Amino acid sequence: MKHMSALLVILAVLWWILSGYTKVLLISLGVVSVIFTTFLAHRMNVVDDESHPLHLSFKLVRYWGYLLGQIVISNFQVIKVILSPNPDIDPSVVQTRISRHSELGKVVLGNSVTLTPGTVTLEVKGDLIEAHALNRAAAQGVLSGDMDARVPSEVEVKS
Amino acid sequence: MDLLQWLSAILLLSGCALGVIGGIGINRFPDFYTRMHAAGVTDTLCAGLFFGGLMIHFGLTLASAKLFLIFLFMLFTCPTSTHALAKAARHSGLVPWTKTSGVEQGASK
Repeated sequence: MKHMSALLVILAVLWWILSGYTKVLLISLGVVSVIFTTFLAHRMNVVDDESHPLHLSFKLVRYWGYLLGQIVISNFQVIKVILSPNPDIDPSVVQTRISRHSELGKVVLGNSVTLTPGTVTLEVKGDLIEAHALNRAAAQGVLSGDMDARVPSEVEVKS
Repeated sequence: MDLLQWLSAILLLSGCALGVIGGIGINRFPDFYTRMHAAGVTDTLCAGLFFGGLMIHFGLTLASAKLFLIFLFMLFTCPTSTHALAKAARHSGLVPWTKTSGVEQGASK
């Protein structure tokens, strides 16, 4: 029920942001379509902790802040490599352990590694993450497991 | 022009510069995998600066909210598509260029 009401609110806000209508007729049509969509999602059984990870919303926001900082830092490192006259390119494929076991945790970490320039996730096999790194410094960033440790531990909680 | 307009202009200009730098990187780097890292610059900071600049330009309006939604969407989809590309290249047997593997793959572009 918690997930359903959250979905209802999110859909309603999204509908209004995307349309921006203020006429009563159009808004009532929007209300009908939002309620119908929520009903369909309920019937399809697709609303659960995986599609609506409400329990980690606030932790996740803090993690995003950290991630944005990392993105900016590694962007400048890659820009330095691009612009330097003899670029420090020493690519390597590195493997490291993931400490989170849930699929959501692995997705969060894999996406974060890809999102920071200089490292790209090649494959996630079981507990191992395989990444391609642009140079030693970028590889060290993955191997240190710093980002892995910062993924909110709430991703593990099921239901 | 007031301060916010200047700020948005600065953000947009630096976004443009990063886009150009990303393009230079794609041309300079030796192989497919390293080029993806250069493209990552345009994916993240360049796009972020553009959206930031445009959002400041429009102020607190619906347009800004929509821009923010697009930015969030990009933050979720860009790594997914990059990972799909990398994995596809890996599975079709493209060997990553290394410093010691010599120039043949770098030269063949």
